[in-house]
Amino acid sequence: MSERQQFKGRRAFIFAAIGSAVGLGNIWRFPYVAYEGGGGAFIIPYLVALLTAGIPILFMDYAIGHKYRGSAPKSWRLLGRPAEAIGWWQVGISFVIAVYYAVVIAWAIRYVGFSATEEWGDDPEGFFGRTFLQQSGEFAVGIEWVPGVLIPLAAVWLFALLVHRAGMQNGIARIAQVFIPLLVVIFIALVIQAVRLPGAIEGLNAFFTPNWAALGDAEVWIAAYGQIFFSLSIAFGIMITYAAHLKRKTNLTGSGLVVAFSNSGFEILAGIAVFSALGFLAQSQGVAIAEVATSGPGLAFVAFPSIISSIGGGLGAVFGVLFFAALVLAGITSLVSIVEVVLTAVEDKTGISRTTSVVAVGGGMAVISLLLFPTTTGLNLLDVVDQWANNFGIVGAGLVSVITVAWGLRRLRSLGDHLNEISSFRVGAPWRVMLGVVSPIVIGVMFIQWLITRITEGYGDVPAGYVNIYGWGLALLLIALAVVLSLIPWRSGALHDEPVRAKGDR
Amino acid sequence: MMDTGALIMMVVTLLLIWGGLVAALLHLRGHPDEPEAYDIDGDGRPDSPPST
Repeated sequence: MSERQQFKGRRAFIFAAIGSAVGLGNIWRFPYVAYEGGGGAFIIPYLVALLTAGIPILFMDYAIGHKYRGSAPKSWRLLGRPAEAIGWWQVGISFVIAVYYAVVIAWAIRYVGFSATEEWGDDPEGFFGRTFLQQSGEFAVGIEWVPGVLIPLAAVWLFALLVHRAGMQNGIARIAQVFIPLLVVIFIALVIQAVRLPGAIEGLNAFFTPNWAALGDAEVWIAAYGQIFFSLSIAFGIMITYAAHLKRKTNLTGSGLVVAFSNSGFEILAGIAVFSALGFLAQSQGVAIAEVATSGPGLAFVAFPSIISSIGGGLGAVFGVLFFAALVLAGITSLVSIVEVVLTAVEDKTGISRTTSVVAVGGGMAVISLLLFPTTTGLNLLDVVDQWANNFGIVGAGLVSVITVAWGLRRLRSLGDHLNEISSFRVGAPWRVMLGVVSPIVIGVMFIQWLITRITEGYGDVPAGYVNIYGWGLALLLIALAVVLSLIPWRSGALHDEPVRAKGDR
Repeated sequence: MMDTGALIMMVVTLLLIWGGLVAALLHLRGHPDEPEAYDIDGDGRPDSPPST
């Protein structure tokens, strides 16, 4: 391992892992998924998904990374030779997600400032798409840059790469140990402010009133598994990479439970804050909550500005600054974890130093991100790439991972033994059943269902040609590249288990 | 005032998720990691064991 830093201890690792898991999805995706999935009744499929797929896969990732002490491709390779391609597929997915994920953080940074002045006036939607992002609406990839996004995006990449240069402990773990407690404080402040808004009670009623009939709907269960899957940072190499940097005697499963429940704890708080605020928005506009409930960029960059304007004055500004600061902090700790998957993999395979990989590989990612996304056509590209990277990439790689480990290589027992040797929370037959049977079925259904929908219906009003290149084309290219990269020979000695260097040992 | 059904589900949800987190934290506290080597001052670096 080149210049590899270890986590100082499990506390540093837990903070870094929570930082990775808690991202934009916890804030802008979970509340709406829960609301649509039966409100208060959603907790049942959600917990079932967490316990039967989320936590078992998290443990599997930890075991693979910790046992083989390498990047995703190296760990998969040592688990079983043909599996190396899975690792490179995960690296490719991480590469693609990182280059657009950073852009959303750049938007949020600008909105911290916009919140202070309510820059959007009385048209948040028009402001976001036209004034701020200057979107032409075309389905093309152009090079007309939007300076208002380009500059903060460059700053995001510069910050991220400085963190990577500082290393796993001195960079990634250190910022997580500052950002995560800060995020807890901001979330609590947001919740306290939000529940005191007029109409908040109606919002909470909408969010928590149980619709038990929803539990009979298979879609709701799929949505719960989907939320857990996208929210926990599992199945795309991050947790393999992080676990590889742990000391040999680390309580993996005990740490994993803390990470998983912290991630859910953040989501629940976000749900309370978001729906209290949406209840207030519905009341101030005199409409039903169903009219204003939304998720994703529409929630963050359109609905929230409306809420901030409706609160008005200094309090509105404070509310906005807190909300967008939360997005920035949650986003950055997730971004660095995604980029790390790529950097560690290239270092392992080629033997280049950390500095070289940060400059060449990280810098390359930054350049691609800056070229493609802060443009007048960047939003459509981001939307399509995001849809395929998640639903085809992460879900597909997750499906192939569990099937390969459980049925292809049949390594569940040895990975379970590895976990039990060093961890306090023991895994046994139930864990193997979750990974060998439950997870493949559920993830398989998710994957096939999405494939059928996209093949038969296309993707919204996006032209088929565009989808074929930037959706299907890119997704399949990543698989082809993964196979090619797995055939390139490793530098000599790369696959031997070298002793992990102590912190600061250069 | 919140509806009774919603209030009950909110309390149940918070108890389950935050209760799970507290339980996980307590479990972890009860199982400290073993030091990798003889480390008497707890700085993470191995020290020389006493010769007796």
